[in-house]
Amino acid sequence: MSAHQALGGRIFTKPFLVLLLIFVVGLVFMVERFSSGMGAVSNLNGGFAWGIWVVFDVVVGTAFACGGYALAFMVYVFNKGQYHPLVRPAVLASLLGYALGGFGAFFDMGRFWQFYEIFIPGNWNFNSVMLEVGLCVAVYIIILALEFAPAVLEKFGMHGLLKSLNKVLFFLIALGVLLPTMHQSSLGSLLIAMGHKVHPLWQVDHMQPVLALISALIMGFSIVIFEASTSAVGFSRKSEASLLAKMRQVIIGLLSTFLIVRLLVLLVQGKLGLIFAADFASLMILLETALFAIPLVILLSPERSSRGSQLLIAAMCMLMAGSLYRFDAFLLTFNPGPGYSYFPSAAEIMITLGVVAFEIMAYLILVKTLPVLHREERAL
Amino acid sequence: MEIELDYSSIEKRLGVTRRTFLKFCTGVAASLGLSSQSAIAMANAIADPKKRPPVIWLHGQECTGPTESLLRSEQPSMEHLILDLISLDYHQTLDAGAGHSVEHIKKQSMLENKGKYLLVIEGAIPIKDKGIYCKIAGETMLDLTLEAAEHAAAIVAFGSCASWGGVQSASPNPTGATGAPQVLKDKTVVTIPGCPPNPANFIGTVLYFVTYGKLPPIDAEGRPKWAYGRLVHENCYRRPHFDAGRFATEFGDDGHKKGYCLYKLGCKGPETYNNCPSLEYNNVGGNVWPIGVGHPCFGCSEKGVGFEKAMFNELSDVKTHTPPNMFPAIEVRESSSGISTGAAALTGVAIGAAVGATAMGARKLDQQEKDQS
Amino acid sequence: MKRRDFLKATLGGTAATLCATSVEARPNLEPAPQAVGMLFDSTLCVGCKACVSKCKEVNDMPPVIDGDKTTWDSARDLSDQTLNVIKVYRDGNATTKDSEVDGYCFEKRSCMHCVDPGCVSVCPCTAMRQDKVTGIVTHHPDVCIGCRNCMVGCPYNVPQFEYNKLFGQIRKCELCNQPGVERINKGQMTGCAEACPTGSTLFGPREALLEEARRRMQLKPGELYRYPMGDITRPYNYHEKIVPTYKQHIWGEKEAGGTSVMHISSVSFDKLGMPPLEERSAASIAESVQHSVYSFMALPALALAGLTYTVRKNTRDHDEGDDQ
Repeated sequence: MSAHQALGGRIFTKPFLVLLLIFVVGLVFMVERFSSGMGAVSNLNGGFAWGIWVVFDVVVGTAFACGGYALAFMVYVFNKGQYHPLVRPAVLASLLGYALGGFGAFFDMGRFWQFYEIFIPGNWNFNSVMLEVGLCVAVYIIILALEFAPAVLEKFGMHGLLKSLNKVLFFLIALGVLLPTMHQSSLGSLLIAMGHKVHPLWQVDHMQPVLALISALIMGFSIVIFEASTSAVGFSRKSEASLLAKMRQVIIGLLSTFLIVRLLVLLVQGKLGLIFAADFASLMILLETALFAIPLVILLSPERSSRGSQLLIAAMCMLMAGSLYRFDAFLLTFNPGPGYSYFPSAAEIMITLGVVAFEIMAYLILVKTLPVLHREERAL
Repeated sequence: MEIELDYSSIEKRLGVTRRTFLKFCTGVAASLGLSSQSAIAMANAIADPKKRPPVIWLHGQECTGPTESLLRSEQPSMEHLILDLISLDYHQTLDAGAGHSVEHIKKQSMLENKGKYLLVIEGAIPIKDKGIYCKIAGETMLDLTLEAAEHAAAIVAFGSCASWGGVQSASPNPTGATGAPQVLKDKTVVTIPGCPPNPANFIGTVLYFVTYGKLPPIDAEGRPKWAYGRLVHENCYRRPHFDAGRFATEFGDDGHKKGYCLYKLGCKGPETYNNCPSLEYNNVGGNVWPIGVGHPCFGCSEKGVGFEKAMFNELSDVKTHTPPNMFPAIEVRESSSGISTGAAALTGVAIGAAVGATAMGARKLDQQEKDQS
Repeated sequence: MKRRDFLKATLGGTAATLCATSVEARPNLEPAPQAVGMLFDSTLCVGCKACVSKCKEVNDMPPVIDGDKTTWDSARDLSDQTLNVIKVYRDGNATTKDSEVDGYCFEKRSCMHCVDPGCVSVCPCTAMRQDKVTGIVTHHPDVCIGCRNCMVGCPYNVPQFEYNKLFGQIRKCELCNQPGVERINKGQMTGCAEACPTGSTLFGPREALLEEARRRMQLKPGELYRYPMGDITRPYNYHEKIVPTYKQHIWGEKEAGGTSVMHISSVSFDKLGMPPLEERSAASIAESVQHSVYSFMALPALALAGLTYTVRKNTRDHDEGDDQ
């Protein structure tokens, strides 16, 4: 008997219909992008070649989808079996997040009809961080699909296949830990080659991969808390606050490491003064640091972190902190040279929102129809 | 203003028909950038014999080119017009008389018309060794100029030599040839440079003086703005070739035959202020002016260019740019996107929804926990 | 293996690999011995834009009309329709040429053909390449996926994407050696250098151009100098001109590893829109980091082995627990 069960219930709920509406509006612009070209819907220009499609859908989006990665790390590497109930929904969210990140990348791909060129080994440029990211993400999507496959196989009673999959699952899980480690750090390394265009406060050269990886893990844990909290609220399931609270030691460790590394790097590079330059960048780094620091304050108090609401607020802060860190570096303080500016067009935002809406809709449908969530009575 | 004058007398005096006369006045007024009203004022001024100003005309170091070109100007009976329009009391080339008598008339006229006569200087004034390198009637050009300028109503330096020294002043300048404005530092000297200068520029300036009793607006070099306000390059009919990067590189080559831009042959049009492209030269017609006949402009009317720079091997410094419109500034980009209201609203809504949902979720979670305990 | 042991092993391995490779951090690339390039002398440029129109002719590109204000090509910056453009620096009343104060001067924008090009380093599909002999940075749309990393990886914002086409591609200056043009292979010079009437854009081997630039730095302001025009190895003519007061700075000699298209000027380069570059190229830093982590995939392979072992052990524990 499986430890998981489908949630069941109506699919077309009110929130679902709102999401559907957003998706449909997004779809209109998606069609336009693939009929009239990128220029027709986006504000991308010669200086800002990467807009929110890359920065939100891929760079931030895949970090949001690190729940599966973070939990796999906890459960399988550090052998914390008690988090097992959270793994499958997290893997589903990761699968959807990554798949749609890949989908979003497709919108952004200027020569989408030639996407396969990146998979041809003869073309590979081993100096390119982008190559590593592209290939890694593509493989990881497949791994995530395989990791999630048991839910589908269970549903359709394909036990033979399930058994053989389970035999190699350990290897898939190992890969599933390695691959995000590689490409989440590389997403940070992308910034190195941009050199002076990245604001000095965010251009930390050699430490880019380290900061990117730690913040991705932070966001991964946050999204686990966020998902558990929202399904507790949304599906009126039992709060998993007690279970989530136990993650706090790890998150505290990650948060403090991040903040210490961040400040140390700026200190070593002699850029601390820029924090107090009283300009837009200094405002942004203060905001970002505050968003990293608030959850630290919440989690350091055992009393606070036992409360679901405080955990949710902490998680939301960390998600915003990680996102802002990425947005700041790639867009908000990104400066390709005098005269260039960028703010996404409404159409561009709608496409991204459409993708996000689709992701949430798919999640809702799948948890209601497939054995994803843990059986209530077995929950800790 | 009504034209009340009896034109029959003018016809007789100037030897032109009324129609030709008015056409001339209108043409001059137009080239000066004045209204048709001014043409009538001009006609009235010319027709009034009392307004004819006495003119003292001095020659220094020069080839008499300005006078020669003026004599050949092609407006109807131009020389008649000019000679009758002004009272030419002294002109070393055109005076019928010679010797002491002429010099005497000059002195007399200057005395009688003190403060009223027009002084025209043609040719450079040597100032080295107290000006001994140019003497007329035993007096140096330097002294003659200073003397005549003392009580002149207006001074016009006609030709490049008079304007800054011209060809004599080119290195090594053994005689210290200088232009009238440099000698007469405390006086306003209108310069009509050119080698030879375009007579139309002189006539227009003089007519302006006759009509209004003052000189036309001039630039820092003393040149009337109406004639020297623009670079030859600006109105040059070969300019499109310059802009398209099509140049003649040798005399007689393919580009030269096709009428391409002469910049690479050393054309000084881009740094020379004159109205040659619009006036051409001496009303010959048929695009007859240096560039029109395939020769690069050599900058005859521009101090520091003509007689100074090598005619073919030295390229000119292009001075056309009034940068704002012609060239994109360093920080101007092809496309850059500002923030649109719709996009801003969407961003606000998205962030707001996320924060709001979190707040609501947190409240609900608190509620649930309370219910459980 | 205990968790602690595994962590120790992994960290130890990481540290060892990092130490081993950080010693071999990749330095800037060196210029190809026979690299060709151009020298742009801003003080010679008269702003005729002959190079701009020649470039459009060579590349068969349409004019860029500035809204409804103009009816002729008036490109404001590099774009997918403009690979070379002349821009103006202005200050105050903009009357004196080549003066930083109250002056103006012209600046050329085109691909700098970096010695250590960022675009080549970041391109995942080798669609950006650097010619080993000539040092020319070329683009190959046949393998390009349009990720536009080259655009963000270029310090000068040179590569430009055809956003307004559904099936667009990256466009950039290929020093007139692109397939179908191949002026350099044919022994000709670039279109812009050929069109330049003053020798402001001078074509030639990078070494010779650098030497010429250094020579100009040594000239005394006010003396006459015969500026070669066209190709420095065989100038078609000379342009005699009074030497201006040069800024003692050859842009492209060292910046981010140097460039094959170098600029000299009498106005400082930060005012001419040149980016704030260090001597070390961003590409070399990025590649050093990337190669220290991924050299021969040794580190990932080691990590995978460790992970597989640990996960296998732990999943077995869980299965036993689950199957109770």
